[in-house]
Amino acid sequence: MNLFSLIGDFSTFFFRSLFISWKIRTTKWRILEQVYYIGIGSLPIIIIIAIFTGLVSIVQTSYQLIGTVPRYILGTTLGRMVMIELGPILTALMVSGRCASSMAAEIGTMRVTEQIDALEIMAIDPYRFLNLPRIIGIFIALPILTVISEFVALICGAVYAHYFLNVPFSVFNYGLTHYFYAKDFFGGLVKSLFFALVIAASGCYFGFKVKGGAKEVGKATTYAVVTASILILVLDFLVALVIFG
Amino acid sequence: MIEVKNVSKKFDSLIVLDNVSFNVGDARLIVILGPSGTGKTVLLKAILGLMSVDSGEVLFDGKSIQAIDESEIYEIRKNIGFVFQSTALFDSMNVLDNIALPIIEHTSASTSEVKDKVTQILEIIGMSGKEKLYPRSLSGGMKRLVAVGRALALDPKYLFYDEPTTGLDPIMRDRVVKLIIDLKKNHAKSGIVVTHDLDTAKAVGDEIYMLKRGKISKLKQIRKEVYNG
Ligand SMILES: Nc1ncnc2c1ncn2[C@@H]1O[C@H](COP(=O)(O)OP(=O)(O)OP(=O)(O)O)[C@@H](O)[C@H]1O
Ligand SMILES: [Mg+2]
Repeated sequence: MNLFSLIGDFSTFFFRSLFISWKIRTTKWRILEQVYYIGIGSLPIIIIIAIFTGLVSIVQTSYQLIGTVPRYILGTTLGRMVMIELGPILTALMVSGRCASSMAAEIGTMRVTEQIDALEIMAIDPYRFLNLPRIIGIFIALPILTVISEFVALICGAVYAHYFLNVPFSVFNYGLTHYFYAKDFFGGLVKSLFFALVIAASGCYFGFKVKGGAKEVGKATTYAVVTASILILVLDFLVALVIFG
Repeated sequence: MIEVKNVSKKFDSLIVLDNVSFNVGDARLIVILGPSGTGKTVLLKAILGLMSVDSGEVLFDGKSIQAIDESEIYEIRKNIGFVFQSTALFDSMNVLDNIALPIIEHTSASTSEVKDKVTQILEIIGMSGKEKLYPRSLSGGMKRLVAVGRALALDPKYLFYDEPTTGLDPIMRDRVVKLIIDLKKNHAKSGIVVTHDLDTAKAVGDEIYMLKRGKISKLKQIRKEVYNG
């Protein structure tokens, strides 16, 4: 399959999964299940990543800035970095590694063991049954995870600045809030919504298209994560161009 | 009534179905015999619209599934139960949820009504008390029975069985055969049983067809020679 037909197939698949009758009576439980699995399940790893993102960023920023600018700028810079870029992208990449792969593996296994055919035979649309809850579930969970990770990263940064860099909370907070633009925060969240869609679409797509057996399922999980990660970075650039460019 | 009309299917150069035609009358079970790899599973999947055909058509009560759109195919499929050769049970769900899924999806039955219906089905297939087990802890024969149970969930008019008795010990095989006969006699299910087991074929079939090298032919009686030759 060449690149263009792949892109076409991928988009068709995505829209086919979304623009169908939602049958909300039964689908809502499956959406909640995914929100829980993606959201709660990813929380520990996201928090760990966020702690170190905050720490590394504050160390790097202070190394580059301290002595040249007022100290409150540390709060400003860290806030912007985390909200615009680091929070959304690191959260998305982590969730992609965790969820795009498990979606592809789960759906792919269902494909090779004919469980998807079984759904078809029961007149249950597998796009609605399998893809829709995953797409909506991650669309809800990822922005929430992103906000949590930004919050944790900023707290860690502030604590480090307070105790090790001689930048009291009040000064850090002044820099963070005085120069706060809503655009920074919401721009980051808009990104994470796009990231959510590509993670779920890649996971479901490569799982759905598996033909063969265990080896192909393995390949599908790799493709899903690689594709999702690349698309996340591409979209990051495009959205940045539109919102901040 | 199901009418299969001149259905042909090939994979690259391999001709699997060559102008296959036959009918399944109401409350009748058609057996399709044939050696391994001749295309019995392909035939069933083609009839159900799970696999496209190169030419020909399949009519369910006069409606050609090649001529209608997806939502109409789904309507027809609510009247069909299919027991996969591989059973294709949902391995993330226990027996209860496997059987309950189509009921929950397609009816507005309350939780207790769904439970009652599943209990009733488990009784028919002789698996009462096994609702909490997962497919991984069932034997091959028990999985087959649950697969039949799941196919029964929506009280379909038609039942299709792909090799329902292959690989089972004689006792389990008798159980499955009795179940198939019971479903036809007492629940008026018609359909197709694909098998390469002659005893099963004789026991359940109203009519018996042989599929071989893409061609289908009706058998007057089954003799070992026909099968082997
Ligand atoms: N998706 C496919 N792509 C290519 N070839 C296929 C495909 N499905 C089946 N075939 C081929 O079609 C032929 C018939 O396969 P089928 O599974 O229908 O056999 P069968 O009669 O059901 O055999 P068995 O009794 O072992 O189940 C085989 O030669 C198989 O290799
Ligand atoms: Mg077969």
